[in-house]
Amino acid sequence: MLDYLVSLSVFAGLYALLALGLNLVWGLGGMVNLGLAGFYSIGAYVSALAALHLHLALPLAALLAALLAGAAGAALAVVTSRLKGDYLAIVTLGFAEVIQLIAANEIWLTNGTDGLSAIPAPGRGKLSPFHFDLAAAATVWIVLALIALGLVRLSRASYGRVLRAIREDETVARVAGKRVLAFKIGAFAVGAAVMGLAGSLYAAYDGYVAPDSFDVLVTVLVVLALTAGGVGNMAGAVLGSALVVALTEGTRFLGGLLPGLSALQVASLRQGAIGFFLLLLLRLRPQGILPERMRVHRLDG
Amino acid sequence: MIAAFLQAVVNGALAGSVLALPALGFNTVYAVLRFPNFAVAGLATIGAYAGWVANALWGWPAPAAILAAFVAGGAAGALCDAAALKPLRPLGALAAAIGSVALNIVLENAVRFAFGNNPRGYDLPVFRDWRFGAIGIGPQEVEDAAIALLAMAAVFLLLRTTRIGKAMRAVSDNATLAESKGIDPVRVAWAANILGLGLCGIGGMLVALDTSLDPLTGFRVLLSIFAAAVVGGLGSIPGAVAGAFVVGIGEELSTLVVAPTYRTAMGFLAILIVLSFRPRGLLGERAY
Repeated sequence: MLDYLVSLSVFAGLYALLALGLNLVWGLGGMVNLGLAGFYSIGAYVSALAALHLHLALPLAALLAALLAGAAGAALAVVTSRLKGDYLAIVTLGFAEVIQLIAANEIWLTNGTDGLSAIPAPGRGKLSPFHFDLAAAATVWIVLALIALGLVRLSRASYGRVLRAIREDETVARVAGKRVLAFKIGAFAVGAAVMGLAGSLYAAYDGYVAPDSFDVLVTVLVVLALTAGGVGNMAGAVLGSALVVALTEGTRFLGGLLPGLSALQVASLRQGAIGFFLLLLLRLRPQGILPERMRVHRLDG
Repeated sequence: MIAAFLQAVVNGALAGSVLALPALGFNTVYAVLRFPNFAVAGLATIGAYAGWVANALWGWPAPAAILAAFVAGGAAGALCDAAALKPLRPLGALAAAIGSVALNIVLENAVRFAFGNNPRGYDLPVFRDWRFGAIGIGPQEVEDAAIALLAMAAVFLLLRTTRIGKAMRAVSDNATLAESKGIDPVRVAWAANILGLGLCGIGGMLVALDTSLDPLTGFRVLLSIFAAAVVGGLGSIPGAVAGAFVVGIGEELSTLVVAPTYRTAMGFLAILIVLSFRPRGLLGERAY
């Protein structure tokens, strides 16, 4: 049971990382990014391939994963820089689908739908499974704490203020002499890099990556986590992720409550429940449990 | 080479005419309600299954089964919209769009719960391809395209001549002005949802006839539907049809150069190219 909880805390930490990355782009920058499963996937595959073929240690593989996911984020931001709202939602969702398509079809690189297995990670095989999970949980949560600290500082610094200004009114920010495009590309790239980092940790922890692990459901789960916690709020992103993992795992016991259903039916009920909860949440508390607090900034002197 | 090119153009035009229906539905909903409804994928799948139940289980002929697909897609879509998405629209287009992604997951899993993951087959005769020199054409594809063209003609007539059609165009042009002229926005929203999502239902069934019927039938063409809608201009009715032909032919031509599994990625490429040069699509965003 303890082992199970530790393993859940790894996933809660990973979702929290994804939610933090999304929060930077969407919460602060006001740019919707429904392509987060794509960046998560890029991070996981880059890290897995670097560990399998280049024999890179996890920190280096994770750095490479974050860099490449960030570069993909910057490229997508450049291409979509003139798009807003509806179009951005469509293009980013499409981006994630294309990444999944590539992962499933470039068999020489990704081993197709069979996925990459036996991805090395520090301590795997040497530690007992329980201690490995414990070490993984500690790693994920330390990385999460560092990233959260960095992002909170970034959002309180002038960078975050400019991003919020762009979110509220792009024209005003531009008139105030801010280089709007550079800020948007930067936020998209940093957000994507954080998602890539989460992917790298996922690949190392799970030891197996396949295209199915990065479908649109991941995006829905993270949007749910961020919406539950409160868009624009870093602590909310972490709290929301814990709630989402509690929800996805809590529904695991549905099967026991509803005898006579096949495993597939229970699985479809669980997935459907996730969509249902997101709809309910958007309806009842769209600002989340911890809404963004607006700070008033005064000029010094 | 020329034969392969012509064959791809013919196949693309046939595929494009089928794709035009869900794209038309997506844009009809967008024109009136001003948000991208991602649940079109799940509703296309529901239409396809309704057609399958009518045809394979109840023994209805194809035209009646297609009507069942329209009714199921339109009714399920309009009811789900009223229950789940309508309350989100005041929060903004984005909240409704994200809600529709969640709704799509609910719908897809409802289908999986009821019918399982195994692919199903319609109870329809299989014909051999007609040959015209080096070019082969499948009678099934031609029939699908003909049905799609008929449905499109009906939509254009409805928008052009009927009272509710004119009301829909008025709301999409200027919702405030339309309301001040006494057009009831709630009725128009219902009409747009039933018409648009019903078209997605028919589109889903035609796609399933062409490919296969399982809970992901609609989702597999979602990228192509977006591409057709965006390339033609979000919310533009003739744009959806033009965009569907561009995307359908583009996808088929791409198979001459890249692996056929990347067909749907071409839709994404088309979106990026068109939006780089015409950010509002080929025909702009005006509905009609």
